[in-house]
Amino acid sequence: MFEQIAQSRLALGLLAALLAAASAAFFMGRSRAVALAGSNPRSLHSRPNYHGYLVALWTLGPSLAVLALYSVGGDWLADRLALNSTPGAIAALPSFEQAVQIDSARALASGGGLAAPDGDFAGPIRELAHQMSIERGALKLWATIISGVLAIAGLAFSMARIRKDRRARNRVESAIKLALMLCSGVAIVTTIGIVLSLVFETMRFFGEVSPMEFLFGLKWSAQTNIRPDQIGASGAFGAVPLIYGSLLITLIAMIVAAPVGLYAAIYLSEYAGPRTRRTVKPILEVLAGVPTVVYGFFALLTVAPAIRAFGDWLNGVLMWMMPWVEGPIINPQPTSALAAGLVMGVMIIPFVSSLSDDVINATPQTLRDGAFALGATKSETVKQVILPAALPGVVAALLLAVSRAIGETMIVVMAAGQRAQITADPFQDVTTITVQIVDLLTGDTEFDSPKTLSAFALGFGLFLITLVFNLIAQRVVKAYREKYE
Amino acid sequence: MVMSRMDPIAPPREGDLMTATAVKPTRDEPKIRAKGVSVFYGDKQALFDVSLDMAEKTVTALIGPSGCGKSTFLRSINRMNDTIEGARVIGEIEIDGENINDRSIDPVLLRARVGMVFQKPNPFPKSIFDNVAYGAKIHGLASSKKEMEEIVEQSLERAGLWNEVKDRLHQPGTSLSGGQQQRLVIARAIAVSPEIILMDEPCSALDPIATAKIEELIDELRSNYCIVIVTHSMAQAARVSQRTAFFHLGKLVEAGETEMIFTNPRDSRTQDYITGRFG
Repeated sequence: MFEQIAQSRLALGLLAALLAAASAAFFMGRSRAVALAGSNPRSLHSRPNYHGYLVALWTLGPSLAVLALYSVGGDWLADRLALNSTPGAIAALPSFEQAVQIDSARALASGGGLAAPDGDFAGPIRELAHQMSIERGALKLWATIISGVLAIAGLAFSMARIRKDRRARNRVESAIKLALMLCSGVAIVTTIGIVLSLVFETMRFFGEVSPMEFLFGLKWSAQTNIRPDQIGASGAFGAVPLIYGSLLITLIAMIVAAPVGLYAAIYLSEYAGPRTRRTVKPILEVLAGVPTVVYGFFALLTVAPAIRAFGDWLNGVLMWMMPWVEGPIINPQPTSALAAGLVMGVMIIPFVSSLSDDVINATPQTLRDGAFALGATKSETVKQVILPAALPGVVAALLLAVSRAIGETMIVVMAAGQRAQITADPFQDVTTITVQIVDLLTGDTEFDSPKTLSAFALGFGLFLITLVFNLIAQRVVKAYREKYE
Repeated sequence: MVMSRMDPIAPPREGDLMTATAVKPTRDEPKIRAKGVSVFYGDKQALFDVSLDMAEKTVTALIGPSGCGKSTFLRSINRMNDTIEGARVIGEIEIDGENINDRSIDPVLLRARVGMVFQKPNPFPKSIFDNVAYGAKIHGLASSKKEMEEIVEQSLERAGLWNEVKDRLHQPGTSLSGGQQQRLVIARAIAVSPEIILMDEPCSALDPIATAKIEELIDELRSNYCIVIVTHSMAQAARVSQRTAFFHLGKLVEAGETEMIFTNPRDSRTQDYITGRFG
């Protein structure tokens, strides 16, 4: 019987029943309150609807909580209970293989996964799966009964407590406040969880590779052989070339995006007429909606070859001008920091211009009037009054753009190259933190080798770098914000 | 100037709404003479055919209920309406006999001659010193650092702010209180040595004590400048101005000596407004 229950959609049915019960509870509570009030609706502390909501909340809340707990941890708990009677054949296995067999039993119990298991353990697995099904069914039945009972109890309890002076409104409002709080908590809890997982994996990595090597090492070759029987098994985990590559590309991107974005913002907010503004601004913002992978192949297929051709020509010119230098002065490669940086710069132009435009627009009109009334020209007003007033916001926009550029992945994966090197020549290929993370975690990976763990350390480093930029941005805004009004 | 010996407030015409009183002219030539000024914002006409003279070394108050066009009129004296999209000014405004709406007049140079103080204090995001020095700097009025310091000190002195800020000239202008900020922007306007100062409800954001200081200042400044002030407070108009013009629904209803307007207005609308029946 329990097995059938385990396969049934009992919980789903209960959920529907609960919702129906809640709406019934609402009407019951409300009409009870209306009846209590009689001909004098003002004698109620709360409007009848609030009494209805409160009864519905009591009906729905506790039983939903039980259902939620069950759906998160129900099967897990049932499987743990079933393991108490693990068949001897499986219990005798070493822990790693035991886990494999338990997993297939679990898949079988869930009704999905593999068809009938075969091999040496087919019997014991079936036995274990059967045990699991029974436990799951029992647990589901219990959860259903408990939440049903809770719903009825909640209904009865809150119906009995409807009084004229009951503060139903205040209670409903605090319940809503609690729900809102939980929603905002989701983001915070998720962030904390991600950071913690990064921290733990990073600590595991530092157990195998010294932090000094990671932070100050100039050689990165995590991609080299990792099997113990191969040469160079140790790998090299100096992150400096990656950080350098990220910063170099970010610098190139900002050299493009900062002036262009800022000037675009000044034009849009101060000089463009309303009609131009209405057309240009959305177009500029469409740039922000282009998927980065599109920018990536644009960088790889169009920009990188052009940059290489230009680099070759430039090298020829430089060699001719400096005949005493031997060998190429710059060394253009098919993929280059310059190609990735330029395209990334174009990508973040709308980011810079949109944010700057917002802060420039937010400077009070009275400042412009004040400057004009003194006989300042438009350009004097913009340069000497509007921009200084908007500066903190503009700086913040630029810093946010920087942290965006550092974290950008697709363009650099496609167009920056793979070579971890520290070079001042932007025509050469470099690699970045993000590129290496992608490389380390795609394809076949082993989750206990330093190679894989180093991705977490890199991710944590990236997180710290962008966090610092965001914090500085916030500080700048706070410290230099002029107070108007 | 054909109408040189006429009433400096407004040339009365037959059938005109305006019934200006026959007042003795304070000067032969008015400093500012508006003739048939109308202002449109897009299709909406905000000011209808206003003619008004404003004299040298006199405070002229423009009063009237909200939306009556008094601020619009004030803003047309230094062509601030130019900065508003879709605004159009017709008619003539002469300053010292020169039509400021003429093509040959550069509004940038005009505004160096006509200072303006706004409702809300609007110091720039700069130090107190740089706020005052700003106008003088962009117009190249000081040839040396010392000269600039003199201009700043004098302007602050005249605005009655010097003693309060002389020890902190390099703090941001926004660190001052509201009333001090308003005196700072008056100093900023004075530093350009304008001939005319326009004030658009300069005390509406201030408390009574700060207001009293500004009013005192306006009275002192009168000896050197032609001042035109828009105010919502009739008491203020009575205290600071020598001449008053009453606007209603975009039209100039009546103009004359302040005392006359307040004690013996000709028009019933003026009477109603002054006695607080509307507005």
